[in-house]
Amino acid sequence: MALKIVKGSIDRMFDKNLQDLVRGIRNHKEDEAKYISTCIDEIKQELKQDNIAVKANAVCKLTYLQMLGYDVSWAAFNIVEVMSSSKFTYKRIGYLAASQCFHESTDVIMLTTNQIRKDLSSPNQYDTGVALTGLSCFVTPDLARDLANDIMTLMSHTKPYIRKKAVLIMYKVFLKYPESLRPAFPRLKEKLEDPDPGVQSAAVNVICELARRNPKNYLSLAPLFFKLMTSSTNNWVLIKIIKLFGALTPLEPRLGKKLIEPLTNLIHRIMSADRSVYIPFLVARVRTKGESMSVLKYVKAMFVFVVKYLGLLAMSKILKTHPKSVQSHKDLILQCLDDKDESIRLRALDLLYGMVSKKNLMEIVKKLMLHVDKAEGTTYRDELLTKIIDICSQSNYQYITNFEWYISILVELTRLEGTRHGHLIASQMLDVAIRVKAIRVFAVAQMATLLDNAHLLTGNVQRKGICEVLYAAAWICGEFSEHLDNPTQTLEAMLRPKVATLPGHIQAVYVQNAAKLFATVLKSQEGNTDSTAAQETSQLMIDRLPLFVQSANLEVQERASCILQLVKYIQKLQQKDVEIAEEVIALFAGELNPVAPKAQKKVPVPEGLDLDAWINEPPSESESEDEQPRAIFAKEEPKHSRPRHTEVDEKELAKRREARKQEQANNPFYIKSSPSSQKVYQEAPGVEHIPVVQIDLSVPLKVPGLPMSDQYVKLEEERRQKDRADKKKKEKKKRKEKRSGRGKRHDSGPESEEDITPAHMVDIVTEEMPEVPSRISNTISPSTLWVFDDKKSSKHKKKKQKKEKEEKEKKKKKKHHHHHHHSDGGGEESVQNGTVEEEEPLPVSRDGPDQVNDIQGNLQDGSQVVVSVIFENKCDSFLKSMEFNVLDSLNSKLQRPEGSGPHDGLTVPFQLPPGQSNVCLFVIHYLLFVVVFPQNEDSSTHEKLDFKLHFTCTSYLISTPCYSDAFAKLLESGDLKCSSVKLEGVVMPFHHLLARICFRHHFSVVERIDSCASMYSRSIQDHHVCLLVKTSGQTVSIDAKCDEPTLLGNVLDEIKQTFSQC
Amino acid sequence: MIKAILIFNNHGKPRLSKFYEHYNEDTEQQIIRETFHLVSKRDENVCNFLEGGMLIGGSDYKLIYRHYATLYFVFCVDSSESELGILDLIQVFVETLDKCFENVCELDLIFHVDKVHNILAEMVMGGMVLETNMNEIITQVDAQNKMEKSEVSLTLFDIYS
Repeated sequence: MALKIVKGSIDRMFDKNLQDLVRGIRNHKEDEAKYISTCIDEIKQELKQDNIAVKANAVCKLTYLQMLGYDVSWAAFNIVEVMSSSKFTYKRIGYLAASQCFHESTDVIMLTTNQIRKDLSSPNQYDTGVALTGLSCFVTPDLARDLANDIMTLMSHTKPYIRKKAVLIMYKVFLKYPESLRPAFPRLKEKLEDPDPGVQSAAVNVICELARRNPKNYLSLAPLFFKLMTSSTNNWVLIKIIKLFGALTPLEPRLGKKLIEPLTNLIHRIMSADRSVYIPFLVARVRTKGESMSVLKYVKAMFVFVVKYLGLLAMSKILKTHPKSVQSHKDLILQCLDDKDESIRLRALDLLYGMVSKKNLMEIVKKLMLHVDKAEGTTYRDELLTKIIDICSQSNYQYITNFEWYISILVELTRLEGTRHGHLIASQMLDVAIRVKAIRVFAVAQMATLLDNAHLLTGNVQRKGICEVLYAAAWICGEFSEHLDNPTQTLEAMLRPKVATLPGHIQAVYVQNAAKLFATVLKSQEGNTDSTAAQETSQLMIDRLPLFVQSANLEVQERASCILQLVKYIQKLQQKDVEIAEEVIALFAGELNPVAPKAQKKVPVPEGLDLDAWINEPPSESESEDEQPRAIFAKEEPKHSRPRHTEVDEKELAKRREARKQEQANNPFYIKSSPSSQKVYQEAPGVEHIPVVQIDLSVPLKVPGLPMSDQYVKLEEERRQKDRADKKKKEKKKRKEKRSGRGKRHDSGPESEEDITPAHMVDIVTEEMPEVPSRISNTISPSTLWVFDDKKSSKHKKKKQKKEKEEKEKKKKKKHHHHHHHSDGGGEESVQNGTVEEEEPLPVSRDGPDQVNDIQGNLQDGSQVVVSVIFENKCDSFLKSMEFNVLDSLNSKLQRPEGSGPHDGLTVPFQLPPGQSNVCLFVIHYLLFVVVFPQNEDSSTHEKLDFKLHFTCTSYLISTPCYSDAFAKLLESGDLKCSSVKLEGVVMPFHHLLARICFRHHFSVVERIDSCASMYSRSIQDHHVCLLVKTSGQTVSIDAKCDEPTLLGNVLDEIKQTFSQC
Repeated sequence: MIKAILIFNNHGKPRLSKFYEHYNEDTEQQIIRETFHLVSKRDENVCNFLEGGMLIGGSDYKLIYRHYATLYFVFCVDSSESELGILDLIQVFVETLDKCFENVCELDLIFHVDKVHNILAEMVMGGMVLETNMNEIITQVDAQNKMEKSEVSLTLFDIYS
């Protein structure tokens, strides 16, 4: 026997222990995984031996490997073996391993019950301690049930070390086996007064955790805790108790008052000690008036300390109960917004929400807008955006005094790059335009400009989210078209062929509202003696609508064909010189009245009406395939304001009313009740109770020239000053009349706004965005890439142009599809539903389509590039469907909708009438394309065009804004390689040169000083590229720095090439 | 409750990981990586608190961390723990390590992960703070180490007798 042990321990000397394992891993940095797998094999051998020491050593190593991410659950049984060793050393190793890798579904846990029970009753306190510690990590309901009694006896163990652990583990037992709580509670309560501070603290800890879940049951303990709070000196215990009181005070208001005094004492005591930092959470927990007031000054002092964050946290807690007291610290909080720490900024943002008032709203939002411009991460920017909207829209726009300002803020927000919240902005626009009647003139003008510049919003795939705004814009322009300055122009803008690239639900709104606009235009033109204008408008509709009639989206198709027929009929009547404008307008007549969301509840159900009864038995299958069209459109059904027939019997009437109300209640556009809506429902009892929200609206007396939101702040100030002066005058008068001068600030009600015509609104957007080039319209310049020459095309010969491909950036990309969220229903669905043209191409010598493209990296997904392809139909026949395909290769792949095979093409989501062009964006994982044009009109012919795309190095650059300080830091970092190039004989002005680099090579200007500029861009793989461009006379020198030398060389070559061409 | 305690170095190499809630190994590694990513990009002179966000289970959780020389000590806690209390606890933890290892450095943690676990077990148990008094912790750790040593000599005695 002894010999065997000796043999075992000699073997052991040759085994690796933990230190050797760690050292080995460090020495095998190159092939770590391989080394570890051999180690695991060794460990498996060791585990097979009888010697417990060897086993324990192996288990110890496994624990380390588990930390590195290796699954060691296969050794669970061996771990149990080691746990059951009689030696403390091994037992500890075993329990540690178990606590790291056992969990509820580990089946060997069942085997441990008796072993653990034995350890718990061991005479050695450390055996018990180790068992308790281990158990706390892997306790299961079964273990808890079986061991609850044993642990409960340990709670009154003689050694405080054990008592402490036993008390603490009871919380875990309660969680897994709630029945144990009732019998254990008296003992737990006892432990609150244990002589040992450690045990006391553990008991407080457990009760606090329990009370967090259900504070009510622990109210009875309040006096005990009160005593503890005044007597204890242990900060941990104090913190926990105060947290507990925080949970209790809302349930028992008297407690709050009682707490003021001891808490203030406590704060003073702690403040004088060096633990001054504990205050904020004392403050935070107890929400009593007097207390929070007295403590605020300490919170303010906190800002001097490092712990701004906690100060802000505390303030946000106080804000919930006492907003006034925090408001006075507005400046402090605004300062925190400038903090470089994101945690602090986010906290400060939260606080701002509660701090706005009518007076400071504009100022705060202006500040936030500045931050939006500066913000770097998209998440923080999105957070800012939602906060701005939250702040402004809270409690029914309570704090907004000037809605023109708010609309322009919303319009400014649409210019954000890559935001996800287009929908939010859109719903705000709609909400404001519908609910604030007086703002409509202004809103309509703004929306018309937005529509006019729609390409800026949709031109870029990265801005997909933002095109939701167009939905709101189109609807507002249509619904309130009577306010439009130039409805014809807006109509034109809404019927542009480019609209067909928008998501289906937006197109549908476009079509419907084009019809409304058409009605308005007709009306204005019919008054004229010359009827040609009106007929031209009808012709425009007839020309453009077919594009939508062939849309893949059902909603769009249906609306478009319906309206097309209508317009055709109108045209017929026009030719007979019949006045029809009135009738057309009647189609869309009727005013929208906002209704409170809960208004429906106030209407009692008429007698004899069973709302739960089926009107029609439900069909056996649910037909919910078509989720695309939204409920929103329900309202846009043509409404006839018909007089109600009194003959209809009472029941029928009630039913109808009910149905209508149901419909309106479900309609998001019926929001709040307004006085005018009450008239309609006068017969219904109890309508008076419908909460009527008065929107406090005062408007500026002056028409602003520029709609920059900033100016509203100034205007607002002026207005307020004026108001104040006015008010003073009035007050003087009123004083004589003994009337209180405390009227509304502004009483020039909404009516006065009606006659304000915003004069300069149309140029606003263009004025502010001159430097943002419309990417698509610029790409039409023929030099960009290549154009198919139709003359060259001959029968039975595929057109082909090969271009050298840039090899450099062709690093391997992930092959799987990235789910790039196209909200574009049109394009994608058509592939799934429609037929995919697979026929052999019938080459027909015709005027070929014209294609120019722009290739760009995709901001959201590093492994994608976006190619915008312009299709221009140069022939005289109608291109009915087009398909776009790319032969996937190792390095690139066209992004196809889910479910389509690797060789299926993408149907281009529009059709091309002769002589028109349109743009389509494709997301590609690089490479070669085939476009099939089945030209279908008279002979249903197909033509296939082969082409190759030239992916230059700069296609993979993403123009990213960079701030000069960050730029400087980047240059200083020294990681960048340097290279430079000189260009001679460049005659263009410097700013043209910069614009060209920006546009062609996707750079952005960081700083420009005279004839010197720094520029920045990054590749989709996050390589930084920095340029310093200097010019003197006709020589331009470009110094470039980049962390990837090959990329650098290629970029410079390309820039050189660009300028050698001109 | 403390949800997890992580120690990793400036390059994100884990030196100790203790999860008080079960995750599988891959998730654990991912959590460590993400936490490192979040923590390492923060400046030295910003606050020690980070709202965990998506990382470990939602908005109620916070990351509280301290950076000592080459090591990050990160605690993931829920709202029932006080931020400064945990900062204090990290300090106690590091001071205890310093006492136990005599001028602790990263190498000590690399080669003696088991000992670090044992020390931690005397401070935090099952996600709840057990002891914050450094002397008490050291006493218990020392007593256990002494016991271990006596067992080793006993084994030797066994072998050679």
